[in-house]
Amino acid sequence: MGRYLRTLREFWSSSLAIELEYPANALIELLSVLGNLAGSVVVLALFYGRGHGLGGWSWDEALVVLGIYTLLDGFTSTLLQPNLGAIVNHVRTGSLDFVLLKPIDSQFWLSARSFSPWGLPGVLAGLALIVLAARRAGATPSLITLLGTTLLLLCSALILYSLWFVLAATSIWFVKVWNATEVLRSTLVAGRFPVSAYPPALRTLFTLVLPVAFLTTVPAEAILGRATIPWVLASLGMAMVSLGLSRGLWRHALRYYTSASS
Amino acid sequence: MSRTLRLARVLLSVQYAYMLEYRAEIALWALSGLLPLIMLALWSGADAAADLSLSPAELTRYFLAAFVVRQFTVVWVIHIFEEDALQGRLSPYLLQPLHPFWRYLAAHIAEQATRVPFVLAIVLAVWLFGAGASGWPPPSTWLLGLLVTHLAFLLRFLLQSVITMACFWSERAAALDRLLLIPYLFLSGLVAPLEAFPPGLRRLAAATPFPSMVDFPARLLSGGEVDLLGGLATLAAWMALLLPLYLMLWRAGLRRYAAMGA
Repeated sequence: MGRYLRTLREFWSSSLAIELEYPANALIELLSVLGNLAGSVVVLALFYGRGHGLGGWSWDEALVVLGIYTLLDGFTSTLLQPNLGAIVNHVRTGSLDFVLLKPIDSQFWLSARSFSPWGLPGVLAGLALIVLAARRAGATPSLITLLGTTLLLLCSALILYSLWFVLAATSIWFVKVWNATEVLRSTLVAGRFPVSAYPPALRTLFTLVLPVAFLTTVPAEAILGRATIPWVLASLGMAMVSLGLSRGLWRHALRYYTSASS
Repeated sequence: MSRTLRLARVLLSVQYAYMLEYRAEIALWALSGLLPLIMLALWSGADAAADLSLSPAELTRYFLAAFVVRQFTVVWVIHIFEEDALQGRLSPYLLQPLHPFWRYLAAHIAEQATRVPFVLAIVLAVWLFGAGASGWPPPSTWLLGLLVTHLAFLLRFLLQSVITMACFWSERAAALDRLLLIPYLFLSGLVAPLEAFPPGLRRLAAATPFPSMVDFPARLLSGGEVDLLGGLATLAAWMALLLPLYLMLWRAGLRRYAAMGA
């Protein structure tokens, strides 16, 4: 365990050094986070400005959902995109060979090798929005609620990670799936809005097939003090199952890896 | 003239064969443009359509058309150019008696051709499930719509090509695409019909090239009422503005090109 933590520190400090070579990207990322946030708020306002609302959620409550979405998007840019987006290239060029030969778990190496600080503005903006909107919505979370929300957010992150990893791992068979992760990112856009705003059929799809509901709506309900035990348990179960699935699929996929010659 | 035709045929058929190789990926990519359909679900769920002077059937048709327009106006030239410039693959292209951007343009058009079956399948599925979307606009309408969609694609390609020229000055210019995507998402009519915008925002959107890229072709395609000549003139004006800018930047950038890599 200690070895993994030490390696992680080395990984992240080296990738931080690389990324800091490109300081202009910090500005671009910051602008992109703010622009996306402003755009999403305007779209939300289009629904609320006419007094229709979305799925029975108040304006401030819907902003909590948007905050959680922004937080997870920042997490994606920080860890998922730089690492799991690179798997495809490792498979295509055959450099996965070198990863497999290292005396460390290959899934760990592939999932944690890089760290991009440019996702952090999104994480911070998301957290700020969650706190601000939850307070305006009149939420007075107790310590238990806060701990529970943190746990649920952790579940969201794990589910998101597993989805990304499973998609990236299929590159062993399909070789070129760099767009697959784009698909995921754009489908998860649905998580910007509370899941109850969608028609029943899509709601089922977003709960069972593409767990968008667990990613944003369930943690938002938790911080607003509306969490119910079945949903919390379902979220925990979903996180465990998807993590197990990503692990199992990776082991299975490696058996089909035939390397590439250049 | 015959040389041009032969060149176009060879470029397109080579790129088409290349794209067919990756059809599994393109199928996935077609799924990544589902945003207009997600927004359709939200708008019809919020029954806000009544305020927009659009009937539910018109709303469905609009977003379905926006989906088709989005599918056939996907542009990724900045990403491929960044890679080619960084790895030195641009150098052999420059030696050929053909502007490298024709090659990229052919790749985009070939990719659109590969997309056709997937798009048709999705449109049919939505058509069958989407209640209320009765009636198909007459062939003259949607043929014109498809033509204008192609013009919109050319405008997007041109706009991104202008931004792409930043690759000559920076190694991470593709990040700029993230910034360009924000106004495209929120001002083009992809997330909401422009009628839904407050007047100020609508005027702001009209001052940018983005509504020409989705709103105008989608409206034509869905058989809505549009100012055809005005829309075409706007498209032409933006192209006339961007093309000289692009050529200028290309010349300036090429002088800086250092032929990195192999």
